[in-house]
Amino acid sequence: MHELSIAMNIVEIAESEAGRRNARIEAVHLRLGPLSGVVKDALLSAWELACENTVLAGSRLVVEDVPLVVYCPRCKAQRTLDSISFLCPECQSPTPDVVHGRELEVFALEVGDAA
Amino acid sequence: MTPRLVEVRQNVLKHNDEVARALRQRFHASGVFVVSLVSSPGSGKTTFLERTLTSLRPGYRVAALVGDLATENDARRLARSQAPVKQIVTGTLCHLEASMIEKALDGWNPGELDFLFIENVGNLVCPSSYDLGEDLRLVLVSVTEGEDKPLKYPTIFNTSDLAIVSKMDLAPAVEFNWPALEKNIQAVRPEMRVIRVSAKTGQGMDEWLESLTALRSSAGAVPGP
Ligand SMILES: Nc1nc2c(ncn2[C@@H]2O[C@H](COP(=O)(O)OP(=O)(O)O)[C@@H](O)[C@H]2O)c(=O)[nH]1
Ligand SMILES: [Mg+2]
Ligand SMILES: [Zn+2]
Repeated sequence: MHELSIAMNIVEIAESEAGRRNARIEAVHLRLGPLSGVVKDALLSAWELACENTVLAGSRLVVEDVPLVVYCPRCKAQRTLDSISFLCPECQSPTPDVVHGRELEVFALEVGDAA
Repeated sequence: MTPRLVEVRQNVLKHNDEVARALRQRFHASGVFVVSLVSSPGSGKTTFLERTLTSLRPGYRVAALVGDLATENDARRLARSQAPVKQIVTGTLCHLEASMIEKALDGWNPGELDFLFIENVGNLVCPSSYDLGEDLRLVLVSVTEGEDKPLKYPTIFNTSDLAIVSKMDLAPAVEFNWPALEKNIQAVRPEMRVIRVSAKTGQGMDEWLESLTALRSSAGAVPGP
């Protein structure tokens, strides 16, 4: 399980943003893909502990699931997959090229008044 | 007052990715081809690596780093190949990170190597997120683990470059179903090369060593002595 260390990385990123903006952070919005290697529920469970004794204490972690999007070489189009099985849903061709799905990124912060 | 939403857009593993990129540049500049190995605990990484090191050693300069939670047993086993081996004790951390590789290389000159192998901690989940600066990530799966392993751990298979099916000598005993495993690997990582080996009998090792040296040549490294 590495979700606690991932959560601590997220806290660090948010902390430095909070410092830079001299603001209190109420929530961190994360984009998470199914190929990120990170389990959403484990990450959410680790959040409170990761925030302990930091300026993020009491904040929320909001996780937005990024769908798995691949490029189909036969259709010459992007396709969204429902599961991690790399076959084009339209033409059944193998689709090795991943367009979206590896994301593990902090994309926004909910910022309140200065702490 | 209502909170404002401000956009940040930062990769959470940015630091690891930066260290890995610097490592990769350093490896390329020194002409060493770097291979990492991931699998469940007990799939046969150390045994496979010991045999690989021993086979390569007459013609190539090889070394290995091995990550382990607590013990140094794997490093001792690998050292029997006479290759330089360094242990990275990860403690409570269930995977290797790029900075640990950087630190472990202290005092080693990658320019004096043709191949560097990195055995990751036995874990099919956590190592998938961490780039180590390697040229080739091998995922091992033994015939005794069940043919549906790739479907249970799709991310590690998807982020690997080559799959090794290990312990082929045990295939008859466990009624190993090769077409099923092959199909499951292709489902989560289309077009991935798969090589079946037994580190015990040596089956498939020639195919693996030939692919490995060919990959090193095509990566632009100078051929071995
Ligand atoms: N029969 C057989 N056993 C193997 C083979 N490779 C490894 N083993 C055994 O599997 C166990 C775990 O192997 P090890 O290399 O330590 O796996 P690791 O945890 O992935 O490094 C040991 O008891 C090995 O002797 C093989 O090719 N055939
Ligand atoms: Mg081992
Ligand atoms: Zn298609």
